[in-house]
Amino acid sequence: MAEFPPPVRRISADGVPNVVDPSSRDAIPEPIARALAPSYGPERLRIDGVSIHYAGAAKPAVNAVTLPVRQGEVLALIGPSGCGKTTLLRSLNRLVELTPGATRDGRILLDGEDVDHLEITRLRRRVSMIFQQPNPFPMSIFDNVAYAIREQAMRRPGKAVLAPRVESALRRAGLWDEVADDLNRPALRLSGGQQQRLCIARALAVEPHVLLMDEPCSALDPISTGVIEELIHELRETLAIVIVTHNLAQARRVGDHVAFMYLGDLVEYAPTEELFTNPRADRTRDYVQGAFG
Amino acid sequence: MSVPGTTGPGATPPGRRQRLLGELRLWRPLDLAGVAAAWLVGLLLVLVAGTLLLYMGYKGLQYVNLDLLVSRPQPGSDQSQTGGILDPIVGTLLIIVIATAIALPLAVGAALWIVEYGRPRWLARVVESGIEVIAGAPSIAIAIFGLAIFQLPLFGWASFAADGGGVFGRSFIAAGTVMSLIALPSIFATTREALQSVPRHVREASYGLGKTRWATIRRVLLPTVRPDIATGTALGMGRIAGDTAIIVLLLGATLQLQAGSDIPGVGTLQGTGSTLTSYVYNNSPTGEGNAPEKAYAAAFVLMLLIIGLNLLVAFIGRRRAGNDLPR
Amino acid sequence: MLRRLRRPLTDRRAEQLLGGTAVAVVLVIVAMIVFIAISAWPSFQHNGLKWFGSGGDVDAELGEMVNAGADPSDEAYRLRAWPLVYATALTTILAVGIGVVVSVLASIFIVELAPPRVRSIVVPVVRLLAAVPSVVYGLIGILVLVPFVNDHLISEGQRESVAYVIPLTGPGLLVSVVLLTLMITPIMIALIVDAMSAVPRGWREGALALGVTQWRATMSVSVKAIRPAIVAAAVLASARALGEAIMLSMVSGSKGFAPQPWDGLIFLFEPLRPLAATIAEQSEGISAPALKASVYAMALVLLVSSLFLSVGGSIIKRRFRVGTAR
Repeated sequence: MAEFPPPVRRISADGVPNVVDPSSRDAIPEPIARALAPSYGPERLRIDGVSIHYAGAAKPAVNAVTLPVRQGEVLALIGPSGCGKTTLLRSLNRLVELTPGATRDGRILLDGEDVDHLEITRLRRRVSMIFQQPNPFPMSIFDNVAYAIREQAMRRPGKAVLAPRVESALRRAGLWDEVADDLNRPALRLSGGQQQRLCIARALAVEPHVLLMDEPCSALDPISTGVIEELIHELRETLAIVIVTHNLAQARRVGDHVAFMYLGDLVEYAPTEELFTNPRADRTRDYVQGAFG
Repeated sequence: MSVPGTTGPGATPPGRRQRLLGELRLWRPLDLAGVAAAWLVGLLLVLVAGTLLLYMGYKGLQYVNLDLLVSRPQPGSDQSQTGGILDPIVGTLLIIVIATAIALPLAVGAALWIVEYGRPRWLARVVESGIEVIAGAPSIAIAIFGLAIFQLPLFGWASFAADGGGVFGRSFIAAGTVMSLIALPSIFATTREALQSVPRHVREASYGLGKTRWATIRRVLLPTVRPDIATGTALGMGRIAGDTAIIVLLLGATLQLQAGSDIPGVGTLQGTGSTLTSYVYNNSPTGEGNAPEKAYAAAFVLMLLIIGLNLLVAFIGRRRAGNDLPR
Repeated sequence: MLRRLRRPLTDRRAEQLLGGTAVAVVLVIVAMIVFIAISAWPSFQHNGLKWFGSGGDVDAELGEMVNAGADPSDEAYRLRAWPLVYATALTTILAVGIGVVVSVLASIFIVELAPPRVRSIVVPVVRLLAAVPSVVYGLIGILVLVPFVNDHLISEGQRESVAYVIPLTGPGLLVSVVLLTLMITPIMIALIVDAMSAVPRGWREGALALGVTQWRATMSVSVKAIRPAIVAAAVLASARALGEAIMLSMVSGSKGFAPQPWDGLIFLFEPLRPLAATIAEQSEGISAPALKASVYAMALVLLVSSLFLSVGGSIIKRRFRVGTAR
């Protein structure tokens, strides 16, 4: 089991001033070393005092949370089950509005614009989402990737327009080599990990600015998990990514910043390495050290 | 002037209305037409159904009275002379009882055999498709088959035979028996589905206690699926109460119950009569009676009966959802 | 003896008993098909495939059969049932065609668009509509719709223009199709709504999360995924429409006449009579052998058609199941 968790490739630590003492560098696990390299991209999304209430519940599911999401970094939301991290994620592209009885307070700004002032369809075209359970549509691989391009357009584009965009999306999702020989295969015949990457390709095809991922690996085996984590590293160059996970090791591997939530409250937000090695709140320390969860 | 969707942070945020317009701008015209059509159809459906039910209720309350319900129909040329609808009501209940009594054991037995034994496999498949055929067969075709069967000399006892040896072939026995085929598929389907949804471990636990299959069926499975059998039976009763073709062909359409022989009780079963459906049919302008007021009244009573059966189904369903053990 | 009966059944006995009931049901069904086929045989024997053809007056031919009495000549068996077959096909296709569109739209309304409060009204209403006996539809048709069509929709000019062929009095294609549609739509809606609510939530949310409008998401994912259920519903509704006898005998005008679409608007008002209604109306006279054979022949045609429909329906369901799994 030496290979688990699978090794993660370093993306951008090289060439960036290293704040860790070089002598101790070999002792630090690689993910942390990578997280030590700060990356400050432009802020794409700002969560500003967001609270979410479900009708009939005594306590809000999310309680006055404020968080920034920057391009070029991955924000990982962690916390025990039912802490509101998925609800918060689903509110970012207003998918939470599909749940009857859910109400939201506070503002969410996308590039400085209140998402409530955006048309809901336009918002979701910019802020796309990957779900816990891979959910490819019951059609061919090609049609899955082309789906959003086709359905978003006012007029159905032809195959000549679609083919290059489908290919580039599949390439970015690292799936091209595996499926290029037969794009007409039903998507449901792919393996779980391939299905999840297909869903990522499907989202990338329409070039969103923000990608929300709701425990994207929880239904997958370790190998597929490794592949997807690597993919997340590559994507963060061009996208702002928010990932919800209850797997602490995964948060540590892929996150640049980590936000720890507990019972709807944001307990701590910090660079990944700091949160895991030197948590400020007792509750965070208990959680990351496995005292509860 | 602010264009929806392009407002920057500095511009005034667009209002609800403007946002809706901006959203609609992202829709294809055909899709907008589709949404409009769906709303239209949905509301129209409610409107039509509401009108229909209110109209039937209005007409029914206008013409139904207690006297009508308890007096027997009489021949007459005018609506004021044709009496009440007691016999059709009794006829409907009688048919429901006969048909259910025949269909229930057959359907439950067949469902039990399919789910619990079901060997040989091909025979099980034949039984399933046979019942599917019955479910899809037009009731008029079933009716005409029944008429021919009960006109065979073999079934002379079921109705009455004329002097020349010709068998009339129309009686409560004939109509009820044939009607059981109408109720059979729904009882079969609900029972089978319920049996299939009983988890394996329930049966295995029973076998583990040394019970035989049959004991398991009687003591464990049947009590478990009883509400589902009741649901299927109530649905089947609704179909029986509403079917007209079989009654028109096989019950003889006499206004009053007429005994087929002198034996008390059995004579009625051998005899002819009418039900609410055939009464409505015969008293509409199509039939011989032509008494629309009476037809409305009978239709109203029929609707109440059907609505009652539907409520019963819903009630069983709700009770089951509340009290049932988690499966 | 009594004691033996009281004893609990042995397992073997129980299996035999239950298997016996199942087989008995099948035997009745087989007997039905065989019996109807045998009774129908003389009619097909005398007419061959011309049975389905046109030519001659169906109603006159049927009347002739009754008059032919107990020992009919070969000539008395003559039947050209085209107007009846055509009327059956016409009413069924029109009603199911309209019904599919209406019920898909209504199902989308119920599942996707309607606010919860509206939905809680529409669903029981649809359930109730499905349970309304056909004779009640027939009654409303003949007492309300037929007079309305006669008084307000048919103009005197139209009446006169075809007076020498067929009298227009209100009952006919329009009322038949309207009521038939109303009768089968609730059944289809119930099936389609069930299928649509069973579409995995992930597909719907997945589509919405990609910035696809709600309507496109419904059409391209939900409706596409439940196409087999829609076909199955249409097939079931066709079987219903095909076999509807009583209601149509009340409102169709009961004439062995084939309405022609090129008559223009009058087409909608022309009377007709499908096979099922003919059986219901002619069943009184089946002591006459010629008529008996003809009536059973019609029943056989209906039975075989519905058989094909239910077999076709289950094949379609099975073939497409892959798409709706999960």
